[in-house]
Amino acid sequence: MEDKNKSGQEQKGGLKRRDILKGMASVPVLGLFGYEFAKSESLKKKAEPPVNMLKELGLNQELSFNISNRGTGKPGNALRLGIIGAGSRSQSLLFHTGFATRERLDGMDKEQMERWMDYKDLNVVLTGVADVFDLHAERAMDAARHSVKAMAGEKNLPKVKRFRHYQEMLASDDVDAVIIATPDHHHAHITIEAIQAGKHVYCEKAPTRTEEEIFQMEAALKGAKPVYQLGHQIRHNPIYPFAADLVKKGVLGQVNLVETTTNRNTSRGAWVRHLKGDGTPRPGDPRSIDWDQWLGDRPKVPFSIDRYYNWTKYWDYATGLLGQLFSHEFDAVNGILNCGIPASCMCSGGIYYYKDGREIPDLMQAVFEYPDQGMTLIYSATLANSRSRGRVFMGRDASMEIGSTLSVIADRDSEKYKDKLDKKLIDTSKPMFTIGAGGADATTSATEKYYADRGLTSVSIGGKSMDVTHLHLREWLDVIRNGGQVSCNIDWAFQEAITIQMAKKSYLEKRQVFWDPVKRQIV
Amino acid sequence: MNISKTQSVSLFLLRVFIGWHFLYEGLIKVLNPDWTSAGFLSQSKGLFSGIFQAIAENTSMLHAVNFLNQWGLVIIGLGLMLGLFTRLFSILGMVLLLLYYLATPPFPGLEYNMATEGSYLVVNKNLIEAAALLLLSVFPSGEQYGFDLLLKKKTTKQ
Repeated sequence: MEDKNKSGQEQKGGLKRRDILKGMASVPVLGLFGYEFAKSESLKKKAEPPVNMLKELGLNQELSFNISNRGTGKPGNALRLGIIGAGSRSQSLLFHTGFATRERLDGMDKEQMERWMDYKDLNVVLTGVADVFDLHAERAMDAARHSVKAMAGEKNLPKVKRFRHYQEMLASDDVDAVIIATPDHHHAHITIEAIQAGKHVYCEKAPTRTEEEIFQMEAALKGAKPVYQLGHQIRHNPIYPFAADLVKKGVLGQVNLVETTTNRNTSRGAWVRHLKGDGTPRPGDPRSIDWDQWLGDRPKVPFSIDRYYNWTKYWDYATGLLGQLFSHEFDAVNGILNCGIPASCMCSGGIYYYKDGREIPDLMQAVFEYPDQGMTLIYSATLANSRSRGRVFMGRDASMEIGSTLSVIADRDSEKYKDKLDKKLIDTSKPMFTIGAGGADATTSATEKYYADRGLTSVSIGGKSMDVTHLHLREWLDVIRNGGQVSCNIDWAFQEAITIQMAKKSYLEKRQVFWDPVKRQIV
Repeated sequence: MNISKTQSVSLFLLRVFIGWHFLYEGLIKVLNPDWTSAGFLSQSKGLFSGIFQAIAENTSMLHAVNFLNQWGLVIIGLGLMLGLFTRLFSILGMVLLLLYYLATPPFPGLEYNMATEGSYLVVNKNLIEAAALLLLSVFPSGEQYGFDLLLKKKTTKQ
């Protein structure tokens, strides 16, 4: 080493100025590092968002469950429930009121069991089961025997009775309130008969199958004492009231376009349900199914396992996509905007993929116009593609997407947020805020995932998970006992049913239809 | 060892740049109270993934590893930049980089959910930086431009 030798000779091992300079050669680099580091840190500090948008916009910082809890009386004064229609949906409704089949109980882990046992405070018993299919009726009877009350060791619980015909149940003094989860063609007339028999009603959507039925139902419920709740559990997903609040506070500006969608791509999602996952047929034959009762006032046709399980495919029993899925979409939108019945509707579509003899379309677009509110609602659906399209509310100042979570993105041309946009306090490439964590439990099928994504299953807030169906049923029971208003009463049901019927009429007649608010009819 | 001036300046630059990189990686972690190696460790794959994942799951181990990693980076970075104990810090830095490499080796078939720039097959930047430190550990760069020179002179004087 040339340098070292030289300096060694010069200094005889001692330190020279030259060595000190060489030894500290990198100190200026360290200085440069310090300067750059300080600069980068101060830039980072400046870049941190100094505004809490929720606070800024006057919105709640946290979500909370609306748990109806005004008292459920002494254990001896349990409310006596009857279930009419004990198919797949009813299993979930019963589970969330505290009745589970042995099989379901055995499959639950400790945490699920604890959560379920919390339903004990509903103080209800299941005393009646009415279903046309022996197997389904037996399953509900099994659930009735495995109630939270029974699991908690409560004695002398009333026995559950199977009624061969729902009318026998309505005539019975052993039932105070009924949950109706039949196919759609039975919803309206059973609701009316139940109300007239003095029973409280929780009925699944869609409220009715026809236009005529909703007027009959409205008349029957006017001034009636029993409580009617339509089964739109989304009302109890806390982000929906939050969304209604933010729209009211003008966070989105004037909402002018709302787009709601359905995309599913499984045969189950398209209501082909008479086969099990492994391709073998599901049970059911004319001996175990009371086919005449199932048909009711519908045209007499020979027993058909296809019609029994896949009734949604036929206009005789349902309204297809409209009653099954758009109904949830409409309720979500109406609950947020309170937009009511549209002035007009244009609906088109067709049977594009499922050429299995069905009558209802598997692809549909419907445009609902609200000229007085300066708004249009679009529903677009396909049963042959599973791309996830959200539910979007578009306003002059921001757009909101809402499903199991809610996020709001500022509009880049917004006047309201211009100042913050100019100062780069708001970035239009990402939400101003996102709220709500989809707390869906492990979902097992594509169809379940669809419901979870749209906010219709369980919700988790701060580690506490609750099922929205339970909350919605709980509210109904609470109003029965303590009075007040349910969140999805006949007025909401009326608006929804009319809107569905407008779309159905438009689709079938291939023309735009209008709502005449004076004559109160679809023209 | 006979090293030309160009050679020693080249080694000096390599050493200062690696030191700079270590120091910055260390300091941003030290200054961020939320920083943790848990995410990195938990997605470890390959032969040693069991050990790395076990660390991520054990709170006290994770704390110790976080502490050692962030301050290790700072001290190694300073040492390399200043050319102080260059050989020791070159070797320590190399060990640290090889641990990163072994935790998430870029072997065919292994995929990670990490933001990465560039494309790597077996050899990645961690491995290259480790090799550069191996090189520095066998050349006495600190004794040409660095505090090691001052140390050496002092000891020779006595």
